[in-house]
Amino acid sequence: MIKSPEDLKRLREEAKSLTGIRAGQGVEIIVGMGTCGIAAGAREVMSAILEELSKREMADIRVTQTGCIGMCEKEVLVDIVRPGEKRITYGNVKPQDVSRIMTSHVINGQIVEDLVVAKLD
Amino acid sequence: MQLFRAHVLVCGGTGCVSSGSKKIQEAITDELVKQKLDKEVKVVETGCHGFCEMGPIVIVYPEGTFYCRVQVEDVSELVSEHLVKGRTVQRLLFKAPVTEEQVPSYRDIAFYAKQQRVALRNCGHIDPEHIQEYIARDGYEGLAKALTSMTPEQVVEEMKKSGLRGRGGGGFPTGLKWGFAAKSPGPKKYIICNADEGDPGAFMDRSVLEGDPHSVLEGMLIGAYAIGADEGYIYVRAEYPLAIKRLRVAIAQAEELGLLGDNIMGTGFSCRLNIKEGAGAFVCGEETALMASIEGSRGMPNPRPPFPAVKGLWAKPSNINNVETYANVPVIFLHGAEKFASVGTENSKGTKVFALTGKLRNTGLAEVPMGISLREIIFDIGGGIMDDKKFKAVQIGGPSGGCIPEQHLDTPVDYDSLIALGAMMGSGGLVVMDETSCMVDVARFFLNFTQKESCGKCTPCREGTKRMLEILQKICDGNGVPEDITTLERLGGVVKNTALCGLGQTAPNPILATLRYFRHEYEAHINDKKCPAGVCSALLEYKIVADNCKGCGACARVCPVGAITGEKKEPHEIDTSKCIKCGSCIEKCKFDAIVKG
Amino acid sequence: MCQCASDAEPKTKEAVELDKVLAKYAGKKGALIPVLQAAQDIYGYLPAEVLKEISAQLKIPLSKIYGVVTFYAQFHLNPRGRNIIRVCLGTACHVRGGAKISEAVTKAVGIKDGETTEDLRYTFESVACLGACGLAPVMMVNDDTHGRLTPDIVADLLERYK
Repeated sequence: MIKSPEDLKRLREEAKSLTGIRAGQGVEIIVGMGTCGIAAGAREVMSAILEELSKREMADIRVTQTGCIGMCEKEVLVDIVRPGEKRITYGNVKPQDVSRIMTSHVINGQIVEDLVVAKLD
Repeated sequence: MQLFRAHVLVCGGTGCVSSGSKKIQEAITDELVKQKLDKEVKVVETGCHGFCEMGPIVIVYPEGTFYCRVQVEDVSELVSEHLVKGRTVQRLLFKAPVTEEQVPSYRDIAFYAKQQRVALRNCGHIDPEHIQEYIARDGYEGLAKALTSMTPEQVVEEMKKSGLRGRGGGGFPTGLKWGFAAKSPGPKKYIICNADEGDPGAFMDRSVLEGDPHSVLEGMLIGAYAIGADEGYIYVRAEYPLAIKRLRVAIAQAEELGLLGDNIMGTGFSCRLNIKEGAGAFVCGEETALMASIEGSRGMPNPRPPFPAVKGLWAKPSNINNVETYANVPVIFLHGAEKFASVGTENSKGTKVFALTGKLRNTGLAEVPMGISLREIIFDIGGGIMDDKKFKAVQIGGPSGGCIPEQHLDTPVDYDSLIALGAMMGSGGLVVMDETSCMVDVARFFLNFTQKESCGKCTPCREGTKRMLEILQKICDGNGVPEDITTLERLGGVVKNTALCGLGQTAPNPILATLRYFRHEYEAHINDKKCPAGVCSALLEYKIVADNCKGCGACARVCPVGAITGEKKEPHEIDTSKCIKCGSCIEKCKFDAIVKG
Repeated sequence: MCQCASDAEPKTKEAVELDKVLAKYAGKKGALIPVLQAAQDIYGYLPAEVLKEISAQLKIPLSKIYGVVTFYAQFHLNPRGRNIIRVCLGTACHVRGGAKISEAVTKAVGIKDGETTEDLRYTFESVACLGACGLAPVMMVNDDTHGRLTPDIVADLLERYK
C-alpha cells in the first residue's frame, strides 16, 4: 500500500531491479555456455552468479551467455565487461570462485588476476 | 527477490494473438521447463509493439534480439540456440524489406529507428498486467509530482505550456479544455476517457490500452486533480475485449496499491475510475453523444453550447479526452512541459501515433514527431509500397479525413498543414493506396460508412450523406452524368456547414478531397465510363491477351459462370456477355494473360 | 385473469441470472446499457419478455429501452447463431480485399451479411474495423481474430466452428 510519494519511490527502486535487464546498461557478465562449457560446469557457475546477484540485489547487471570460443580446455569461461573498461576473461571458473569475482571485480573494479586468461579491448 | 538472466518478451497484443502468440508463449514456457531453464529465464507477456505485420513478435533481453513471425515449431530451436548456447537464430530475424539484410536488434530496424515513442513509450516493453513494471519505468511519478508540488491551477498552466492538443481528432488544446472544466463551479465533476476508437484503420488507442493501461489511468488522475473531479469513466469499445480486461486488471492493481481511490498516496486527493463498455455506435466518439451513452440513452450528440466543461455528464462539468491524449500527460509532468514542447512544430507539439495500413510493406503503429514529412512515414518507416507498385494517395484521418496525393508528400505533418491540404489529423489512421485503388470507390467506401453510422438526429447528415452516397454509387455503376460532380461539391459544402456534430461536418471530406486531387478519375468514370484503377466492376471488361495465354485452362475451370472457353494449349477467350467480372480468373492466371480495363 | 399460476412456476436458469444482474444494478445511474449487455450475454439476444422485465425493474419506459436497443449495433432482438462471424470491412481491409472475404463467407455458409443460418450455427455480420489492420484482411469468429486471410481458406476455417 502506497501511503506517500516516498513509498512510491521505494517501490520503484524495488521494481526497477525486476526489469533492469531490459534497460541494457551496467556491467555485463558473459558465461560460455557451449557444449564444452556446460560439460565443464557452466550451468552451476551460472546458477551461482544469479544467486549472488539476487543476494546482493544487483539488478542492473546483465548476465548473458555465449557459445564456444575455442578455449575449451579453459572452460568454464566467464567474461566481465565493465562499461568503458577492458573485457576480462576468467578461465576454469568454479562456483566457489563466483563470490570473489563479484565482490572484487564486478563491484569494486579490482581484477582477480589469478583467474584471468585474457584481457581484451 | 528472484532475478533472471534473460527475459523473453512475447507480444500479447490483438494482432499477435491472432497470429498465434498465445501458443508461442505456452510453448516457450514448456520448453524452458523441459530444458530446466525456468529458474533462469522469465517469460513476459507484453502489449502491442505496433509492428503487427511481423507478428507473433518475440524479443529476448538482455540482448534485445527481435524475432518475428515466430511459429510453434521454432520454439525449441529458439530456446536451445539462443537461451542455452547464446547464438542468435538468424532465420527468425527481421529482414529489411529492400536489402533483405537481417536486422538483429530492435533499435536498428528502420521501422522503429525513425520513431520517437512517447505515448507508446511502454508498449511492448512492459507486462501490462503487472503494475510494478509500469512503476519501474517511472510510472505514477508524474502524478506524485502534480499532487505534492503543484496546485490544480499550476497543473492546468503546465498543460497549456506543453502545447498538447487532443489526439482524437479535433486537435483542441488540452490545457485550455482542462482550464474550462476547472473554472466551472460545482462540487461534482467528471473526468472521462474516450476509448471508443471507431475510425476504421486506426488502432493506436487499442494498443495503448492493451500495452500500457496505467499511463491512461495516470493521465486521467492528473486531469481529475486539475479540474477537481472525484470520479471518472473510461468508455471503451466492446470490440476490444482484451483492452477491457487489461484496464480492469490495471484499475484493481492501482486501487490495491493506493494509487487510485480514496486518499491517493496519502495526499488527500481521491478519485474513482469506472469502465463503461460501448455498444457499437461510431457517433459515440463524439463527446456529447458519448456522455449520452454513459447515461444509458441513445448515443446522439447534443448541440454545443452548453459545452461539456459547463454541463456534461449528468449535467455536471466534465472533461473528456481520448486515450492517446491521456497517455501523453504523465510524461509532461515527469519531464516538464518544456521538454515535451521541444519536439514538434510551432502549433503542434510532441509526437503523434499513426496507424500505417494499406498497401505498405511495413504496416503497424508508428509514433513520430510532429512535423515529419509524410514521405518519411510512408517510405522510411512504412518501407514503401507493396509489390513495387506505384504510390497514388494516402488517406489520413479516417472517414473525416481526406486523400493526399504524391505532390504533397513532403509537407510537414501537423494539425494545421493537414487541414490546409483538405485532410485532417483525425485519430491518425493512415491508409496508403497504390495505383490499383480507385479514388471514387474510396470516397464511396467512406460515405457508406458515415451514412450507416449517421445517428439521424440532424437532417443535413441523415439526408445529405445518403444522397451523396447514392450519387457516388451511380458514378461507380457507370451511370454518372457530368452535373454529378457539381452536385456533390454543393451538397458536400452544405453538409459540412450545417451538420450538428463532427461526424456530419466532416463526412463530406473524403469526397471533397478526392475531387480536389483526383477529379480526372471522376471524369473518367462519368465521361469515358472507365475506371482507370480497374476497381469498379461495372466499368470493367476482362480480356485475355492471346500472346501471353498458354491455354492451361486454369481460368476456365475457376470461372463460376462458364464464360471462358478455348482449346487446350490454345489461347482462351472470355464471353463478355456471360462474364460477371468476379476477378477469379485473374487470380488463377500464372502468366498475366488476363487484363481488365 | 389471475396471474398467480405463472408466479408459481420455477424460474429458468436464465431468469435467475437476470435477477442477479438487476439486483446488482438496482438504483445505479446509467445502468440500462450494462444491464442490456449482461442480459444479452445470458440469453444470447434480447427477447421481448426480458425487455419488459428490465423495464419493470429499472422503472424505465419500454419505449425508451426499445429506442436504446435499436440504436446500438451490439443489441439484437432476434436469436443469433452459436458462432458469430464478423468480417472486417474497414479501410485497411477494404484496400486489401475484405469484400472478397465477405463473398467467400457467403459462399461457404450460404448466408448474407446480417443473416443467421436456420440451424443457428452461424451469424454473419460485417464490421467497420476490428483494429487489427496490420493483418488485413481480417475476420473474427467469436473471440478469435483471424488475419492475413485469403478467400480460399475461409471455408475450412469456418468448418472448425461447430
